[in-house]
Amino acid sequence: MVALSDYLILSAILFSLGVGGIFLNRKNIIVLLMCVELILLAVNTNFIAFSHYLSDISGQVFVFFILTVAAAEAAIGLAILVVLFRNLRSISVDDIHTMNG
Amino acid sequence: MNFELPNFSLIIPEIFLLTMICAILLLDLFLTDKQRIVTYYLSQLALVVTASLVFFYHTSVVIVDFSGHFIQDPLSDLLKIFLCGIVVVVFLYSKDYLKQVNLLKGEFFILGLFGVLGMLIMISAHSFLMLYLGLELLSLSLYALVALNRDSQLASEAAMKYFILGALASGLLLYGMSMLYGMTGSLELASISEQISKSDNNSIVLIFGLVFIIVGIGFKLGAVPFHMWVPDVYEGAPTAVTLYIGSATKIAALALALRLLVDGLIELHHDWQGMLVVLAVLSLAVGNIVAIAQTNIKRMLAYSTISHIGFVLLAILAGTIDGYIAATFYTLAYTIMAVGAFGVVIILNAENLTDFQGLNEQHPWLALMMLLFMFSMAGVPPTVGFYAKLMVISAIISVDLTWLAVIAVLFSVIGVFYYLRIVKIMYFDKLEDCTQVVKLATDMKWSISLNGLAILALGLYPSALMVLCTQAFVMSS
Repeated sequence: MVALSDYLILSAILFSLGVGGIFLNRKNIIVLLMCVELILLAVNTNFIAFSHYLSDISGQVFVFFILTVAAAEAAIGLAILVVLFRNLRSISVDDIHTMNG
Repeated sequence: MNFELPNFSLIIPEIFLLTMICAILLLDLFLTDKQRIVTYYLSQLALVVTASLVFFYHTSVVIVDFSGHFIQDPLSDLLKIFLCGIVVVVFLYSKDYLKQVNLLKGEFFILGLFGVLGMLIMISAHSFLMLYLGLELLSLSLYALVALNRDSQLASEAAMKYFILGALASGLLLYGMSMLYGMTGSLELASISEQISKSDNNSIVLIFGLVFIIVGIGFKLGAVPFHMWVPDVYEGAPTAVTLYIGSATKIAALALALRLLVDGLIELHHDWQGMLVVLAVLSLAVGNIVAIAQTNIKRMLAYSTISHIGFVLLAILAGTIDGYIAATFYTLAYTIMAVGAFGVVIILNAENLTDFQGLNEQHPWLALMMLLFMFSMAGVPPTVGFYAKLMVISAIISVDLTWLAVIAVLFSVIGVFYYLRIVKIMYFDKLEDCTQVVKLATDMKWSISLNGLAILALGLYPSALMVLCTQAFVMSS
């Protein structure tokens, strides 16, 4: 029997990998997009685990919505990436520094 | 299991707007660039009719339907009507600018309308699911809008930054939501609030989830230390999009914060108050001080937005009805000022502060309007900005947080410097090149005048707006 805490620890690890990847990655924007997906998948794991242990279906319904939105988000992210590559001829994180926020 | 049909009359404005967007989307395909103005007029029509539908079906009680996912109360009516009004003005100001920079495409209006739809959903959301879907509909439209100018390196860079940080914020918010869902077993805000009040010990997991929710809200509002995207997006995006992000979305951000923190997590007020104090003080400090160093007008207004967000957070963290009224009043007043200030920026097509040189000689009336907007942002009476700040400060003093009020006033005084600098540049600096001539179309002249006079009129009779804000909360409580 897998305990609820095991799922939560797994999703916390996935989540930290995602967030850490966004801040530590200095090479490639596509890796950033992958990190974003990883965060969303960690959230999905959480929702499904809770939903199962609470015997409440609404958490799983939420996951379907998150998956759908994540697909749309990835589409827009890649579209922006294409536009960026056309203008910059590079997808390196280090090259995005025209403005300093 | 019985299946009840929800009351569809609650979402008639949203259904109408969605239908109109689809119709405009299809129609736009058959228009040539010269006929593009038709899209503009149809979008305005859609917004006006949506606002009138909200007004027609307005309510004085709280109605929750769609299995607890949707709420209609006086607050949602007020915010929705205001939102549609602000976006009408945004489109009006944007039209000539877009034509100038060759961006007058149907996409701007369609994405703008989709954003409005997302915001309407957020304002009426009563569950995590609806809040998330509304938020994403808005965010996805905004990412695309920022990148609207495909050939600009600056714009695509800003869009990428906005996208990554926005997606990260959504992820953090969702992670917090999943924790709260796990602890309360529900996605609906009302039953979450009920569950939290039943369990007498605030478990560590609830607070853990709350932290992520606050970080998510902080990102979306653009509060320090989650503000990195704000100046870059404001600077990089086409000014028309900056105008949209800088004004209309603030109403939705307020709704997000109020729905989550007040409707859902009011039982944890003691815990989120402390977190918001940090965000608010940092926003006031960084916003007002860093704005002084900016030479780009859009970046300067971005930092000014951050400081105003600090004020809104101050009002929310008071945790009283007066505080929420002040937050709503401040946000609505701020959107009117912001739309006006960015309106002048868009008319002048200004990028740098020096673009305002000698505006008084060229176009005294426009300079006077900009003066009003700057005075209002700085909080100089008799403009509406003064009353907005006054209400926030009195709300936090009434909950014995006088030290916060002192900090807020101190930083506001620092903030006056960069607003007055614009006034000084407009009135006392000589124009260096006289080649640029400011031209104002009739509809622009009228709307910017109305906008400026609204700032003055609401400042002289703040009770007009105050009554609306008060009704929104007194009836719903």
